[in-house]
Amino acid sequence: MVHVTRGFTGRHPATDDRLPPGQYLTDDFPVLSAGPTPAIRRDEWTFSVRDGDQALRSWTWDEFTALATEDITVDIHCVTRWSRLDTTWRGVAIDDLLADVDTAAEYVLARSYGGYTTNLPLEDLLDGKAWIAYEHDGEDLPPEHGGPARLLVPHLYFWKSAKWIKSLDLVDDDDPGFWETLGYHDYGDPWREQRYQGD
Amino acid sequence: MTASRVETATAHTLSLRVDEWNGHLPGQHIDVRLTAPDGYQAVRSYSLAAPALDGVIEITVQRLPGGEVSGFLTDTAMVGDQFEIRGPLGNWFVWDQDDPSPVLLVAGGSGVVPLMSMIRARDRADIQTPLHLIHSVRTPQDRIYGDELTRLAARAGGPSVTWLYTRTAPPTETRPPGRLRRDDLDDGSTWTSGATPICFVCGPTGFVEEAANHLLASGHPADRIRTERFGGR
Amino acid sequence: MSEHRDGNALAGPLAEIFTVEATTAQVRCRACGLSTMLAQLVVYGPEPGLVARCPGCTEHVIRVATTPAGTWLDLGGATSFHFTSTATRAISP
Repeated sequence: MVHVTRGFTGRHPATDDRLPPGQYLTDDFPVLSAGPTPAIRRDEWTFSVRDGDQALRSWTWDEFTALATEDITVDIHCVTRWSRLDTTWRGVAIDDLLADVDTAAEYVLARSYGGYTTNLPLEDLLDGKAWIAYEHDGEDLPPEHGGPARLLVPHLYFWKSAKWIKSLDLVDDDDPGFWETLGYHDYGDPWREQRYQGD
Repeated sequence: MTASRVETATAHTLSLRVDEWNGHLPGQHIDVRLTAPDGYQAVRSYSLAAPALDGVIEITVQRLPGGEVSGFLTDTAMVGDQFEIRGPLGNWFVWDQDDPSPVLLVAGGSGVVPLMSMIRARDRADIQTPLHLIHSVRTPQDRIYGDELTRLAARAGGPSVTWLYTRTAPPTETRPPGRLRRDDLDDGSTWTSGATPICFVCGPTGFVEEAANHLLASGHPADRIRTERFGGR
Repeated sequence: MSEHRDGNALAGPLAEIFTVEATTAQVRCRACGLSTMLAQLVVYGPEPGLVARCPGCTEHVIRVATTPAGTWLDLGGATSFHFTSTATRAISP
């Protein structure tokens, strides 16, 4: 039994054809926290690609920031219904990070400093669709938005773009991550409005 | 909703008539759920501001910048509107009226709302337990319930009330405006007659943690400090 | 609303599930063993879900998410809940 509240419109879904269904446009950059913002020193930061217990590739901050970067302009869509258009990032394409990696794995579990995880199909990180970003809007990525570096997978809901990224673990099974074990969709395509399990 | 009353420029008190309300404890809250025509729902918690009277409860809502629920409740809601609520909720941040311990209440901004519920319950039940409220506000205009608290404090056996100003103080105030300091809570007063008070602290998260740390540093035992944080400023 | 709140905010969502008032339960953190009043957990959310963390070690102890299909509850970060006799006092006095 649902009682519609007179006069309450909630957030106004816009009709812009760049917005997926049920999303509204915002100009600010909301911060959603599931825990404390980890304090990560760049001189202690590492990022790795892993297969089980084995690190296939690993980079320090200096090594990582010496890699070739791309400038990225993309729209982002949060499952809590806000979208931002034309956000700008600089980062390293996942294609480059996995270039020398030979794997039969079909899935990736992204792991973050602070314990956050999210699961994605490997192919969604390839072919220019995903990056490890460490600049936003021409500035160092601030900690509240995932700095030093975050995963950026803009064609999926933004919870898939794990903040404070620590490793990409190549895995055989699509085992659900932090939000996916609590009712959120395993894939999360905003254009098919895959917000929750079963959508 | 049977009434809406302006408390300050940004805070309104809403009176809600609730079917089958069996009363509540001072300090408890309700969850309010609003539903848009497209099915979108938002749930927020609001402290009850007073004991129920003839099935009518009161909440005081502080309008937050960009607050979709607080903005709706203060600006759009009209007498006669209906809301879905759940409550009363929470048995931790409540004052036990039978506890004879003196009561120290520390509020930041609209954190005064559940504490006012305790003060009003004490007043209506004519309880003599010593009670002291310290309310930190930005300016004199931000004193929610200011007139009522002044009136109650002037009464024999009433609570004692201290306002602390963080930004602008009235001309008669000797304490310079500023954020909460340890000696604001450790005033060496004799209102407790030597008994260990039960402390209730409510406000924005940062305020509550500072106040609780000051109380601990002043010697209040941790198990006599109860806190409720309502998030960002 | 990025800043955290505390376990008092879980009273409503948990009242939908438990027949007793939950915020006065003592809950023990599986990660570090600290026992604390549920009301004193550190709570983030409400969106995408409520995440209640241990005030000692910051590991998540309880998670609750409400979706159109219902409520999801994760108690896996806790080893035990102790509902004292005062906690089982009726929700309404």
